[in-house]
Amino acid sequence: MLKEKLKQSAKCQWRLEPFGDMKVPAIIFGDRSIIADIDDNIIQQAVNVATLPGIVTASYAMPDAHWGYGFPIGGVAAFDPEKGGVVSAGGVGFDISCGVRTLKTGLTTDSIAVNKRELAEALFAAIPAGLGKGGKITLDQSQTDRMLTEGAAWAVQKGYGTSQDLEHTEEKGRMAGADPKYVSQQAKNRQKDQMGTLGSGNHYLEVQKVTEVFDKKAADIFGLSEGDILVSIHCGSRGLGHQIATDFLSKMVTAAKKHGIALPDKQLACAPIKSDIGQQYLAAMNCGINFALANRQVLTELTRRAFAQIFSKAELTTLYDVSHNTCKAEKFQVNGKTRTLYIHRKGATRALARNNPFLPEDFKSAGQPVIVGGTMGTASYILAGTEEGIQLAFSSACHGAGRAMSRKKATRTWHGKQIIRELAGREIIIMSRSSKGVAEEAPGAYKDVTAVVNATEKAALARKVVKLEPLICVKG
Amino acid sequence: MTEAYWQHYSHPADMGIRGLGKTKAQAFEQSALALTAVIADLDTIEAQEKIHISCGPEPDAELLFVKWLNTLLYEMATRDMVFCRFEVNIENNHLEADVWGQKLDFDKHQPCVEVKAATLGDLKVEQQSDGNWVAQCIVDV
Repeated sequence: MLKEKLKQSAKCQWRLEPFGDMKVPAIIFGDRSIIADIDDNIIQQAVNVATLPGIVTASYAMPDAHWGYGFPIGGVAAFDPEKGGVVSAGGVGFDISCGVRTLKTGLTTDSIAVNKRELAEALFAAIPAGLGKGGKITLDQSQTDRMLTEGAAWAVQKGYGTSQDLEHTEEKGRMAGADPKYVSQQAKNRQKDQMGTLGSGNHYLEVQKVTEVFDKKAADIFGLSEGDILVSIHCGSRGLGHQIATDFLSKMVTAAKKHGIALPDKQLACAPIKSDIGQQYLAAMNCGINFALANRQVLTELTRRAFAQIFSKAELTTLYDVSHNTCKAEKFQVNGKTRTLYIHRKGATRALARNNPFLPEDFKSAGQPVIVGGTMGTASYILAGTEEGIQLAFSSACHGAGRAMSRKKATRTWHGKQIIRELAGREIIIMSRSSKGVAEEAPGAYKDVTAVVNATEKAALARKVVKLEPLICVKG
Repeated sequence: MTEAYWQHYSHPADMGIRGLGKTKAQAFEQSALALTAVIADLDTIEAQEKIHISCGPEPDAELLFVKWLNTLLYEMATRDMVFCRFEVNIENNHLEADVWGQKLDFDKHQPCVEVKAATLGDLKVEQQSDGNWVAQCIVDV
C-alpha cells in the first residue's frame, strides 16, 4: 500500500518521498478523512507522473483527486523545457480546457422565486444540452481557423458577448500560440455544429444563489453578496478537443519511444516540449482552449437572451471563466531563479494570487476567483488564489467535488426520476433529456465538496469567498 | 466459450469496456458493442444503414484497438449515427470493417452520455490461455 508510505509534511499536505524511477516526491493535499478514503491507484498515478522527464519540485494531487487514466484527475505537474521536460496529451486529458464560467445576474433570490420554473424552461430551450444536441452556428473553414486562433474574442466580434466578458476570462479569452494547421481535419469536422453546446456527462448550466459569505472583502471585490443569483456554465472543447487529444496521444506513444522515455502507463504518452510533436501538440491544444473559451462565450450570450425573455432588467456579466484541463507556460521562481515551466493541470484550476499581472485590474487586490463546481444537489464554491499557493503547487487548486463512485454503480444505486423528485422536494429544478444520465451524475456519486474545499483552504491553496447552492440545473 | 460477448467494468470516473471472442476480430466486434452500449440501449438501434471503416496500420494490436474505437466515435459524431452491428477483419494491424446502424433519434435511443474517447488506460489486447481473445480499455465519458 502506497498510502502507508505517505507522511504528513504540512497542514493538509502528505508527501511520498521519491523511490524507484521517481524524480521528485508525490504530494497529496487533503485532510485526514480525505487521505483515509483515497484510493491507492490515485497515489500510484501521482507516482507515475513523478517519473516523467524534466518534472519540477513534485507531482501533486489536489484534495478532489480521483482515479483517472495516466494523470490522476486533480493532478498538477510542472515541466522544465530546459531540463528535457515533457508535454503530455494524456496529462491535459480529452476535454481540453473543460472549465467553468460564472455569471452575475444582478437578480436576487426573491426576484426570481415566482418565475423559477419559467426560467428553467427558457434555459432548457435555449441551451443545447446532451449527446447529439447541436447548436445553430456553423462555421466554414476560414471562420473555423479564425475562431481557433481568437477564441472568445472571435465570439464577441460576432455579437456573442461583450468586452467585459473577455476581461474576466483567463487569457482575456484568447489563448496565444494557437495554430490551426496542427488541428486535424477530423477534429475540425467534429466541431461542425458544436459551437455553443454543453455536451453531456458531468457538464451543466446551473442557476445558483449565494448562501454564505466567508470573505467579505474579497466578495465585495468580486461583487457578490448573500442572496445573489449567479449562473455557472461547465463545459469544454467538445468533439474538437477530444479529437485533438486522440490524434496526439497515439503520436506521443511513438514519440516517447523515439526519445527513450519509459512510460509506466501508456496514457502518460508524452514528448519533449522542445520537439516537433511537443510544439505541434501545444499549438493544437491552444486551439482546443480557444474553442472551449468561444463555446462558453456563446453559451453566455444564449443564457443572457434566455434571461432577457423573463427578466427584462437582468444584466448578466461575467464574474470569471476558468479552465481546468490545460497545459500552460507560466513563470515561477524555482531555487531562486525565474523559470518558464509548462504546468499541466488535469482537473485542477489555476489559482493566481493577489497582484498577479495576469489578473483583471479590478480583481488584483483579491486574487483570482477559483470556481469549484459541486453536483446538481450540493453546493459550489468560489474561492480566491493565495500567495502561499505559488510555492505550494504552482498556483493551483481543486476544481470540483471529485467522483467517489463509478457510473455503473451509480445507475445500479439510483434512478434518474427518483433523483429529480428528491431534488424537487428541495426546490431544485433539474432539466435533462436523459434519466440515466441524471442517475450517473447523482449527488451521492461524488465526494463531499465542502470537505474538499475546506481541505483546499486549510492547505492554503486557495481561500473560501462564497458558497453557492443550486436552484436550477440544465444537465448536459 | 460458446459465444462471443461484451462487458462493462467499473472505473471510478469513467467506464471500462471489454470484448471477448474466439478471434481478435470477434473481440474487437464485441468491444464495439460495449462502446455503443455506454451511449444507448443496443436493443433500440436498428441496422438500417451500412458504412465501411478502414483503420491502420498501427504499430501494434493495442493501438489498432484504440484507433478502431476512436474511429467509431468519430463516425458516430460526424454522421449523427448510432451503431449496432460490426463485422471486422484484421490483417497485420490493419482493420477493415462493415458497420451497421441508424441516425440518432433522441426519443427512440434516449442517449445517455457521449463517450469522449477511448483511452490507453487499462488497454489490453491478448489471447488468453484458453485460446480466446480479449480486448479492453477505459473510455472517457
